[in-house]
Amino acid sequence: MSPSRLAAPAALVLLVGISAVTGVASLSGGEWWILGVSRLPRTAAALLAGAGLAVAGVIMQMLARNRFVEPSTTGTAQAAGLGLVAVTLVAPGAALWLKMAVATAAALIGTAGFLALVRRLPSRDPLLVPLTGLVYGGILGAAATFLAYERDLIQYVDVWMNGELSGVMLGRYEFLWAAGALAIAAYVFADRFTIAGMGEDTSRSLGLDYPRVVALGLVIVAGIAAVTVVTVGMIPFVGLVVPNMVARFAGENLRRTLPLVAMSGAGLVLACDILGRLIRFPYEIPVGTILGVLGALVFLWMLNARR
Amino acid sequence: MIETRALSVHLTGKPVLHDVSLSLPRGKLTALVGPNGAGKSTLLTALGRLIAPASGEILLDCVPLNTIPAPELALRLSILRQEGAVGPRLTVRDLVSFGRYPHSHGRLGVTDRAEVERAIDRLDLAAFSDRYLDTLSGGQKQRAQIAMVLAQQTDVILLDEPLNNLDLAHARRVMRIARQEAEAGRTVVVVLHDLTVAAAYADHLVALKAGRVAASGRPDQVVTEPVLSDLFDTEVTVAEVGGRRVVLTL
Ligand SMILES: Nc1ncnc2c1ncn2[C@@H]1O[C@H](COP(=O)(O)OP(=O)(O)OP(=O)(O)O)[C@@H](O)[C@H]1O
Ligand SMILES: [Mg+2]
Repeated sequence: MSPSRLAAPAALVLLVGISAVTGVASLSGGEWWILGVSRLPRTAAALLAGAGLAVAGVIMQMLARNRFVEPSTTGTAQAAGLGLVAVTLVAPGAALWLKMAVATAAALIGTAGFLALVRRLPSRDPLLVPLTGLVYGGILGAAATFLAYERDLIQYVDVWMNGELSGVMLGRYEFLWAAGALAIAAYVFADRFTIAGMGEDTSRSLGLDYPRVVALGLVIVAGIAAVTVVTVGMIPFVGLVVPNMVARFAGENLRRTLPLVAMSGAGLVLACDILGRLIRFPYEIPVGTILGVLGALVFLWMLNARR
Repeated sequence: MIETRALSVHLTGKPVLHDVSLSLPRGKLTALVGPNGAGKSTLLTALGRLIAPASGEILLDCVPLNTIPAPELALRLSILRQEGAVGPRLTVRDLVSFGRYPHSHGRLGVTDRAEVERAIDRLDLAAFSDRYLDTLSGGQKQRAQIAMVLAQQTDVILLDEPLNNLDLAHARRVMRIARQEAEAGRTVVVVLHDLTVAAAYADHLVALKAGRVAASGRPDQVVTEPVLSDLFDTEVTVAEVGGRRVVLTL
């Protein structure tokens, strides 16, 4: 392997090390249990959510054939939130897995709705697609907020929509491994998603069942987004910034770039979480807030670099 | 061989092709000509099964096209579209490799790799093979798209205006490749606007006008002053230069 190929894994290992020793409680005081119960689960959660969201972003970009979309700008996360509010209203005591299933189904329907919507748009202006997604997601998010407000669930919506890792503990994040599994599934079908990015006609010319590839992609994207929303809350911009950065340096042949996308997403979220623990030590800033600011800046820079 | 029987195609509800009956023989290069909007691209996309006919039939080697499973069709028929779509950021070699997808399903074997390299060489892309598509000129991109179609190595090859953006040397190269493919026993259909090129390279011409077949036959039957003047509603001169038909429009 070339040194540059080792750079991403090496950086990840370094970040994991920093994450393990960063926090209010000091490990030197003999409080080793903190590591197993809190620090390592939190670190794993950051890595899984980051890898999953970055992979979901790149798949979304292939399906929508647009560089500027990701689960938080296509109504996916908001639909998952809406589904969660709905299931919490109807069956407040439902098991977590059931809530997760409803959130995934809602995210699936919401994202399929987004794709159907943008398919009708004239393809001339690529920015029309994310703009439509922002408005569409805004409407879904508003519906969730309204429902929640009526029934006093508003604090839950806040938790779901603003990614935060400080509450992650052993036994309370494990669903995120499903996001990791879905990211691996995405890798198995990587070629199909790359071809889908060439459009429906090319996909069909190469013998693909295009609707099936889209359905598969939607399940992966919706699953990753829903799991993230339920366990740690939505973390914005990872799915946008990471794939665009990787595309710049390594292209978009997903068979080759997906591992790098996943590792970069994992590293970015973990780095931002560590930053959030340090900036106002001993207080914490949620990782979603940090990525919201950082991601918005990178996004603006990307828009400018387009010209 | 492809046959169409009383083929009609509608686009967004509007009839575009009317009652087209054609035979596109194996081992021959057929040129599809006609004015803008005549329906050439529509015919080609229907032959590639990318749009469904409103009525009539398309037969591929005497079998109705719509009964062939998609993975099998991808092994037998390839198509170059007129509008080069923007897709993922790929290198030329990656793009051409995707032409092998129907054969390899993503696991490129020795033959696949050899076909990819051959297609790259045939389109004179060796110097650009590791460059990203978005860093190429219009003609280089067009050649990469053609190489992808060629790598698919299908019995039927449909090319919609492959000479778009090509300089004269590469236009000649592409037409020679199309001829070689036909002589190797394939069914090659090429949409062309340059009638001099069509007359020089095609075995067989089909002229479309307003969605109908206006003329078809050998070059000496179709590339004539009366037929072409009528086809394009403008005066056309056909001269003979060095034993070849040359179409003059100005
Ligand atoms: N989506 C569509 N809906 C309705 N009509 C269409 C659509 N696409 C094309 N047409 C019309 O169908 C006719 C045939 O179009 P087609 O693209 O097949 O022409 P062509 O012969 O390939 O022309 P050119 O030489 O300009 O490429 C044209 O009159 C065009 O305006
Ligand atoms: Mg055309």
